[in-house]
Amino acid sequence: MGVADWLRGGRSSASGDDIEGRSRALVVRQNEYGYDAFGLSRDHLRTAARLASWLYRYYFRAEAHGIENIPASGRVLFISNHSGQLPYDGLVIGMSVFLEPPQPRLVRSMVEHFVPTVPFVSYLLSRWGQITGTPENCRRLLNDDEAILVFPEGARGISKPFSKRYQLADFGLGFMRLALETGTPIVPVAVIGAEEQAPAINLRSIAKLLGSPSFPIVPYPPFVPLVPLPVKYRLYFGEPMTFTGDADDDDEVLDEKARAVKHRIQSMIHLGLRERKHVFW
Amino acid sequence: MSSGEPTAAEPRKVVITGIAGRLGRVVARRLHHDPRFRLVGLDRRPFVGKPKDLDHYQVDLRSKKARDIFRAGDVAALIHLGVMHDPRATPAELYSWNVGGTSRLLEYAQAYGVPKVVLLSSANVYGPRPDNPQFQTEEAPMLASQRFPHIRDLVEIDHLASTFFWKARAIETVILRPVHILGTVHNAPSNYLRLDPIPTLLGFDPMVQVIHEQDVAQAIAAALAPGARGIYNIVGPGEVPLSVLLAELGRRVIRIPHPLARGLWSAAFRLGLSGYPVAELDFIRYVCMVDGSRAEHELGFRARHSLRETIRAVDEPADI
Repeated sequence: MGVADWLRGGRSSASGDDIEGRSRALVVRQNEYGYDAFGLSRDHLRTAARLASWLYRYYFRAEAHGIENIPASGRVLFISNHSGQLPYDGLVIGMSVFLEPPQPRLVRSMVEHFVPTVPFVSYLLSRWGQITGTPENCRRLLNDDEAILVFPEGARGISKPFSKRYQLADFGLGFMRLALETGTPIVPVAVIGAEEQAPAINLRSIAKLLGSPSFPIVPYPPFVPLVPLPVKYRLYFGEPMTFTGDADDDDEVLDEKARAVKHRIQSMIHLGLRERKHVFW
Repeated sequence: MSSGEPTAAEPRKVVITGIAGRLGRVVARRLHHDPRFRLVGLDRRPFVGKPKDLDHYQVDLRSKKARDIFRAGDVAALIHLGVMHDPRATPAELYSWNVGGTSRLLEYAQAYGVPKVVLLSSANVYGPRPDNPQFQTEEAPMLASQRFPHIRDLVEIDHLASTFFWKARAIETVILRPVHILGTVHNAPSNYLRLDPIPTLLGFDPMVQVIHEQDVAQAIAAALAPGARGIYNIVGPGEVPLSVLLAELGRRVIRIPHPLARGLWSAAFRLGLSGYPVAELDFIRYVCMVDGSRAEHELGFRARHSLRETIRAVDEPADI
């Protein structure tokens, strides 16, 4: 049986997970052609999940704690630390929410605005349920009771150098405004492992020359972070946090609430690091 | 100075600009059998297959004769479909026709007390952009003219009408911004879908919204209801990836890498082989979709044709 057959669904999956059944159990609003309004297709998603579940189980050997904190239904915002030069943390969180709880959920993350300009990536990500990161999209999906993953550190987080690992960068406030506006509970997530998957230093001078926010290099070929090291991922899902208040409040008021989420994630990170014996196993 | 008072006599006189075009005829057919309306056509072109009891004035929008239609003061509604999109016309000609013509019409409407003005704009005024939200509401800025000189006129007309909405509060102004209209019409999206093979961009497959031409006519009829006023996005039955739309039509598809496509496209346009200016490639590259919930709630408008019927409509023979 070839790889293509396996991807199409010859057997359940290499990881032993019931990808077929879990895909069927996902709640998706699809039209007569099998697409939802954001371009998600269950068929595309199933194919991607077969590959991703292999990465999840065998490459990153991910371990998830606090699965009971993932709501089986209803709107929810997953807020997590972001790191590792490449957004595998998003993939692992997405797979965890899809594979681990009794009721699989689709988590949508907000992709950067340049992504729709990249051939193939542009539409494949949308087939897998990922969305362009705008407040309008987020609001619409939360009002439809969907699950959204936000990295409030944004680019500051993913491109941080190795020396800054497990130190949270400043949080944006957009997620808190949306949570207040739509009455959405926040599930804090700490990701341990991703921060070591591509130990990089940032060459500021070259970044400046290229006009990009960062230019990371890693100490192994091909020296640019393309392939992550096979670190072990440990995810901690915290208890849902509910906030009340005016979404249009001043930044200082919102900042206080956002900081409460940040502190929760930071303390889960400390806990996770204490429990961890080794980066790779 | 104007008489201002529309006569109370039934049926109401409704002036339709651009009535001789395909969409104009679809709209005319939809409203013609409605006993509440008496239709009057206003178009430079002859009206092929005109019903006998329909008055058609084959004159320019900007002419004195066009003004005379309104002068009697008995026009109950103006439906302005006469926006010209011909990419081959000179920009000056287009501007004069579209923007000049529209501002004249609005002037007449105000001077002679037309109580209802319906403008058919387009959801394209928002423009396809990589950072667009999946669905734009009526409040979104009309950014299309940044990149598309050919849409600039349409954006300007839309602006003219929204200014008019605030300026002439006594008049019920309705601006409709429908998504890509499919059917027997000869507009850019329908013509594109009638190509065989259809060129697309390699690695791009944006979600698109389409609407059946008869559903647009229905939306226009809904806009004529007394009390209806405002700006409305008009959506069809749903959203599909462009590739699914092409597969439904069973067309052959040529996927061209984007950098190559730009060159080919602009050469083809200059040679007269293609009717699409190169900037319009963005319509098959990025999303430009709208939220139609306001029209659903306030106008009670819901498209009746299914996605499949809407897509297939481009291959239907025109019955006129």
